[in-house]
Amino acid sequence: MRLSSVRQLGVDRIAGPIVVLRRVAGMGLDEEVLVVGPGETRHGRVLELSGDLAVVQVYEGTFGLEVGSTGIEPTGEPFRLGVSDAMLGRVFDGRGRPVDDGPAIVADRVLDVGGAPMNPAARDHPVNFIETGVSAIDLLASLVRGQKLPIFTGPGLPASTLAARIAIGARLPGDERFVTIFAAMGVTRREADEFRDAFSSSASVERIAVFLNLADDPVIERLLVPRCALTLGEHLAFGLGLDVLVVLTDVLAYGEALRELSTAREEIPGRRGYPGYLYTDLATLFERAGRLRGRPGSLTVLPVVSMPDDDITHPVPDLTGYITEGQIVLSRDLHGRGIDPPIDVLPCLSRVMNAGIGAGRTRAEHRLVADQLYASYARGCELRRLVTVIGEAALSPVEQRLLAFADEFETRFVGQGRARRTLDETFEAAWAVLRRLPRSELRRLPDDVLDRAYPEPR
Amino acid sequence: MSEPRAATEAPVPGRVVRAAGAIVRAAGLAPSVGEVVLVGERRLFGEVIRLEEGVATVQVYEETAGLCVGDPVVATGRPLVAWLGPGLLGTVLDGLERPLRRLAETEGPHLAAGGAGDDDRAAGDRPVGIDAHRRWTFTPLRRPGDRVGPGDVLGEVQEGPIRHRVLAQADLGPAVVLELREAEATVESAVGLLECADGRLQPVRLASPWPVRRPRPVARRLPVERPLVTGLRVLDMLFPVAEGGAAVVPGGFGTGKTVVEQSLARWSDVDVVVYVGCGERGNEVAELLATFPSLADPRTGGALLDRTVLIANTSNMPVAAREASVQLGMTVAEYFRDQGLRVALLADSTSRWAEALREIGGRLEELPGEEGYPAYLASRLAAFYERAGRAVALGAPERTGSVTLVAAVSPPGGDFSEPVTQASLGLGGALWALDTELAHARHFPAIGWTQSYSLYLDALEPWYAANVDPAWPRLRTAAMETLARERKVLDVVALVGADAIPESDKVVLAVARLVREAFLRQHAYDPVDAARPPAVQVALLRAVLAADAGLRAALDAGATLEAALASPVLAELARANAWSGEDVLARLADLERRVADLGAAGGTGAEARAVAAAGAETPGATGPGMAEVAGTAAAGAGPVEAAPEGSA
Ligand SMILES: Nc1ncnc2c1ncn2[C@@H]1O[C@H](COP(=O)(O)OP(=O)(O)OP(=O)(O)O)[C@@H](O)[C@H]1O
Ligand SMILES: [Mg+2]
Repeated sequence: MRLSSVRQLGVDRIAGPIVVLRRVAGMGLDEEVLVVGPGETRHGRVLELSGDLAVVQVYEGTFGLEVGSTGIEPTGEPFRLGVSDAMLGRVFDGRGRPVDDGPAIVADRVLDVGGAPMNPAARDHPVNFIETGVSAIDLLASLVRGQKLPIFTGPGLPASTLAARIAIGARLPGDERFVTIFAAMGVTRREADEFRDAFSSSASVERIAVFLNLADDPVIERLLVPRCALTLGEHLAFGLGLDVLVVLTDVLAYGEALRELSTAREEIPGRRGYPGYLYTDLATLFERAGRLRGRPGSLTVLPVVSMPDDDITHPVPDLTGYITEGQIVLSRDLHGRGIDPPIDVLPCLSRVMNAGIGAGRTRAEHRLVADQLYASYARGCELRRLVTVIGEAALSPVEQRLLAFADEFETRFVGQGRARRTLDETFEAAWAVLRRLPRSELRRLPDDVLDRAYPEPR
Repeated sequence: MSEPRAATEAPVPGRVVRAAGAIVRAAGLAPSVGEVVLVGERRLFGEVIRLEEGVATVQVYEETAGLCVGDPVVATGRPLVAWLGPGLLGTVLDGLERPLRRLAETEGPHLAAGGAGDDDRAAGDRPVGIDAHRRWTFTPLRRPGDRVGPGDVLGEVQEGPIRHRVLAQADLGPAVVLELREAEATVESAVGLLECADGRLQPVRLASPWPVRRPRPVARRLPVERPLVTGLRVLDMLFPVAEGGAAVVPGGFGTGKTVVEQSLARWSDVDVVVYVGCGERGNEVAELLATFPSLADPRTGGALLDRTVLIANTSNMPVAAREASVQLGMTVAEYFRDQGLRVALLADSTSRWAEALREIGGRLEELPGEEGYPAYLASRLAAFYERAGRAVALGAPERTGSVTLVAAVSPPGGDFSEPVTQASLGLGGALWALDTELAHARHFPAIGWTQSYSLYLDALEPWYAANVDPAWPRLRTAAMETLARERKVLDVVALVGADAIPESDKVVLAVARLVREAFLRQHAYDPVDAARPPAVQVALLRAVLAADAGLRAALDAGATLEAALASPVLAELARANAWSGEDVLARLADLERRVADLGAAGGTGAEARAVAAAGAETPGATGPGMAEVAGTAAAGAGPVEAAPEGSA
């Protein structure tokens, strides 16, 4: 470490979260620096070096800094985080400093939070089914160890609650459990508390580490939060061999922080004012999920992404969809009808599901049952729309049963309430609603499967 | 950390004067544009992209964190090159041609900047992507005293199913073979010696470098004449791409671009596949690596990986190298073309490369064009697409090869009016437009029939006539017309209701549904249906289209449409895509006859109705997306169904 007390005075310009200062000799790109103002030290990162100047983003913001009295001190290193499994059960601020009453963390390792890209040839292809305990996910959009699967949500929908349930409920075969890292970016204290409370009430609180950057915390610090969380996650997963789930919420707030920074740098904007590198920036976060060949442990990432105006084509959800491996989508309509969790099954997809399910992993008929549920539910939804035009009386008896099936599917199967369901219970719940349809309607299911789960009445 | 080079090789290193992200400016250097430079203490790999008033602008292909003003920048005197030769097949390379599998073994699971300290590699002096230790059996095909010219075959080396011809360099003048011997040689050792006209001696090696940005020269370009047979019905029958042509595959997220590219990598009828994962997911590369060694090449029976070169610059790897990765992929593809082979270059996704251009352009403070993309976006894309083609290679004996480009495009918000999609459309000869609605309806492949097109139809007609079915143009037109008429009829239905349309329109709806569900749909992971030979495709198309005549005849014979649709023959048709075996063509021909004969057979009755209610489902198929939404699944005769739109 190149400890230095060199301080260079002289600010050229302050603009939003950016200061342009006289650089110190030897100061490197991406280096963490101290920005020393009157009576206060803040933290920054060098974005650009040019001749005598350095462009620095200040995590705490520049409010109150003055041109005359502000100086810069190098640290000689990128921003690094000391990590240790003792961080589980603890709460940290957005820069990784403990904010609970616990003791200081003694780091096992000190790591650059930027991480290094995983060599794709060193990856192990995700294949292990994770039982989350949420039926709609486990059966229809299965989560797989090392996957990155976002939850697309809207204002007022209970995405954090769902994320917490997944995190607490997640099990591998043999009842192996996960540890969770929760990274709050710009969420309210209420949401963050809700998330943590869910862990305390399930006595899992020693299995979670929380990094908090709340709605009223410095905006630019949001860029650091997920990197701290993922760095700890990588250490636990690939260093210590644990199965780790990282919940990042809310990615929209993260994207907005990036936009603010980009605007201050006067960069040429891409769509809707977001920088052209939003995709790459998000990818450097989400791609940290995965598994490594020949090593135990896994890093599974669940980003929570708000869609402004429920618009899935907004750049942040859109680019997230381009990076992640499927999506879980919450529905305002289902939520309004009291269905908990309000998962809209039709747009949901898990792209790596196929490798994780089937004989030897879940059940041989998993895919067929999923396809049957999907097809029948989709058809029921279509009939619902039709009924608003032609009236229910115009439907055939089978169609009326499909309509009823769609309701039951939502209330009984998706709307499981608070209870965690094992995979067996999920399959039972699926059959309970499928039996509402005539056996002859279940055309995707072969006779041998039907004979076991839906015997012909004799 | 590597020692700085000896002073004699780089007398005056330049100095970094400015650095931001992947862009560095250096003073005190007199390189040329396109020259590779080594930046900073870690000797990061960079390329000069602009020169002005003593300052060189460099795009750096590796992570620049830690770089300081004043750090050294060393010129190498070489452009960015690809090393081409035996050993390429089955490898996974990054955009700079570093062997990722070998790096995973030697350097650990993460990629570090700084080129693993390999100075020779950085200078481009030695091959690194191809194994320098492996020995190959070189068989000379020319003798001492022979006169040779550029591109002439000097000898050959067998690598798995592929024969590499060792060629006289393309920039070589007339020369005489002094020596050429049979040898067990590494790619670096000399197996012979040529004497050039000016008396210069040139050793013959199995591998040679080529600048990735310079198209490899050919003797002459050839017009296209046959399709790239993909095994996908919607492509081979409706929107074929010619061998040596280019197809553009735009689609919103999750619409199936990668599945199409990977299906082509598995099934397309080519000698060599070059797959470029540009700015996409690491797990997709891992999946190819996990499955390709055990999948059989449908043509040779060998492992699929043995005909494949994977180039991976995933989304979290340095941005500037995305451009290097597509250019490297093209150069490797051209190398195999020059061997006289048929090559598919599958690029997923070219949008990520365009975004890298935008990001770098932004840092250069260039005046942006549309949506922040640099003004030269279109010309860069054009230069890339132009490198695809069919050609007679340089040199003797005569060899004909081809590079077929299939370029995925990822339009933001799935909106095709954006600059990258628009620029690509003008360059590709086939458009496979992936449709979000179809994907949501789990109609896969979600290639929309309204927007997609192929400009190769006329050029390919003779090939189809000779090799598949002389009636192909007519059958294709009939399928397209049916789908177009379905849209029109549905527009009417939306206005007046389903009951008000004439029976003949209901027939259109029924046949169109068969075309969509029994013919166009094809599940990528179905063991039987994933890829079918063109002869089977056309036989199925014939059977499906025969339903039009069959249903009309049944109506004329007095049957109700409902009764005719309930015929078991149609239920059989709905499943015929899963038929396989020796006699499949005969069975399909028989089915076609029976479908056309619906009027005579006219099976009705409750039981038959139940069978027909199965619609066009494909029971037993596995994998995602076999589910379908209502409307496409509406049972029986109810024409009250909303067909998913063929396009947005
Ligand atoms: N031909 C197909 N057969 C079956 N399923 C398919 C097919 N095409 C796509 N799918 C389904 O759609 C999912 C998404 O496809 P894919 O990964 O190819 O999308 P994409 O267009 O490449 O998306 P992105 O731009 O985000 O990379 C697949 O995981 C699979 O479930
Ligand atoms: Mg893709």
